[in-house]
Amino acid sequence: MNTNTEPLPAAAAAGPDAPVVEVEGLECRFGDTVVLSGVTFAVRERELFFVIGGSGCGKTTLLRHLVGLLKPAQGTVRYYGEDFTNADLGARRALLRTFGVLYQSAALWSSMTLGENIALPLEQYTPLNRRERDEIVTLKLAQVGLAGFEDYFPAELSGGMRKRAGLARALALDPRIVFFDEPSAGLDPVTSRKLDELVLQIRDTLGTTMVIVSHELASIYALADRVIMLDAGAHGIIAEGRPRELAAGSGDERVRDFLTRGGEKA
Amino acid sequence: MSAAPTQARVETSLEGDRLVAVLGGVWRITDPLPAWAAVIGDRRPRAVAVRLGELGRWDSSLVRYVHEIERWCRDAGAVCDVSALPATVRDLAALLAQARETRVPFDHSHNLLAVVGVAATGLGRQTRDFSDFIGQCTLSALGLLRRPGRFRWRDCFTEMQQCGAMALPIVSLISLLVGLIMAYQAAVQLRQFGADIFVADLVGLAVVREMGPMMAAVVLAGRTGAAFAAQIGNMKTGEEIDALETLGIAPVEFLVLPRLVALTVMMPLLALYANCLGVLGGMFVSASVLDIPPSAYWIETQTVIDLSDVSSGLLKSLVFGIIVATAGCLRGLQCERSAAGVGQAATSAVVTGILLIIAADAVFAVLFNVLGI
Repeated sequence: MNTNTEPLPAAAAAGPDAPVVEVEGLECRFGDTVVLSGVTFAVRERELFFVIGGSGCGKTTLLRHLVGLLKPAQGTVRYYGEDFTNADLGARRALLRTFGVLYQSAALWSSMTLGENIALPLEQYTPLNRRERDEIVTLKLAQVGLAGFEDYFPAELSGGMRKRAGLARALALDPRIVFFDEPSAGLDPVTSRKLDELVLQIRDTLGTTMVIVSHELASIYALADRVIMLDAGAHGIIAEGRPRELAAGSGDERVRDFLTRGGEKA
Repeated sequence: MSAAPTQARVETSLEGDRLVAVLGGVWRITDPLPAWAAVIGDRRPRAVAVRLGELGRWDSSLVRYVHEIERWCRDAGAVCDVSALPATVRDLAALLAQARETRVPFDHSHNLLAVVGVAATGLGRQTRDFSDFIGQCTLSALGLLRRPGRFRWRDCFTEMQQCGAMALPIVSLISLLVGLIMAYQAAVQLRQFGADIFVADLVGLAVVREMGPMMAAVVLAGRTGAAFAAQIGNMKTGEEIDALETLGIAPVEFLVLPRLVALTVMMPLLALYANCLGVLGGMFVSASVLDIPPSAYWIETQTVIDLSDVSSGLLKSLVFGIIVATAGCLRGLQCERSAAGVGQAATSAVVTGILLIIAADAVFAVLFNVLGI
């Protein structure tokens, strides 16, 4: 597939630097335990944005707040300038349709074939007829390199294929933003690198903004335009910027340690 | 064809025998799009040129549309020129066309003979699995007698509370109502002969020998058997059973035996309880409909029921307890690793449990008759 860099109409429509996701003063807590507080950042259109940090620092929790599975104790999440946190049901549904989520375990519905998994969002939200839907399903599967696997059940696939199928489902409605939870979890380095290439390719062809939660250094260096780093002790963001610059010149030892695996040359 | 500037639109014009289709507007997969069949109508151009004009944001719907135009051209024998489109759209459309050709249907359906054959061999395999499982349970139970310290008493007591004490309300309701129903049915018939007092005999014998143990067993098959299967099935889906096995702990010993013991102990107790409430139901109907005082009803019940009736019922319920626990745990361990698999395991635990309960009851009926109990 092509990786050309000609400016896409998709990007031209909104300014290239307009933030698509804005998080302001977000506080996440479970009962009396504060997991994150004062989290503020913005993700720009077409950006590959990484949320990084050690295990247990609240990366996945932050992601679950962004996609609305958890309600923040304080603060707001805005998409394209529109308030998502306090939106009413109708507006919320409309915003939900503009992003796709790929869960850590792919979360494909086990009783449906891959084709049916991808067709479900299309059945729910598009006026397409059956034949047109099938064509979109074929296209989505081909885009993730699974052409011809429409009639397989998730249980009949390997872990890497399931991840890619999950990505195809997340892309079904051509979302402007895709959220990834640990794309490389449980994958070998080669499969994981292929998934990274796929992510890059999708961003370049479709102009999709990607928000990726990860602690995989190889992926972070290969893909990330910008990262924010969370820390369990600080309950929030301790660094923001380009990964290589942070690794070389961050004033915070925790950030340098993380990005260089505790001093090892990256 | 022009509409609001934001909507997807296709404008066509003829240049000689070439049709020029200009795609414009915003192409979103969630919005209604112009149908190509309607756009082309009954025109049959020799060539179609696809161009872009004031195209806004676009997504897969545009790619699919281009693919549809290309396919129409191929079918109609027209030349399709998409060279004016951006490379991204062309490449994606080519990818779609290629993928549609490479699609290999993966057939999950089978023919009738194959289905029958699979079902028949499956029945044999199931029987073997079941006997295998019973063998494992027996061996674990014997091993346990040698080393009783290893038994998971805490799990066993939790399960006893779950399947025994927590089932009291539903067992109470059902056996009381069964007693009531039988007394009503008997009253209508026996009253014609002035044999009102024999309602106590009929209800007492039927409840103690059959209905009490049977109702308790059916309720527990639905309540506890399904719970066992779902719980163990879910553990299997989450690789928890595998974790036990690689630790060298037999799942049968760790999971099945505590449940088996709990249900085997609680089932006769629940059956006894169900007997009492069934008799109580009969007593209530006799007192309110037939004007038989409860004391007379009680004395009649005492004279007709002897220990062998009660104990034969309790013996049956002991076996029913083993059946329900075994069916539930076996189906759980056989569960497929998926959400649907857990549902099937729970269903088949209930079906197997009830089927075996009825079959065992029939065997007991013949056996007791031969033995004259």
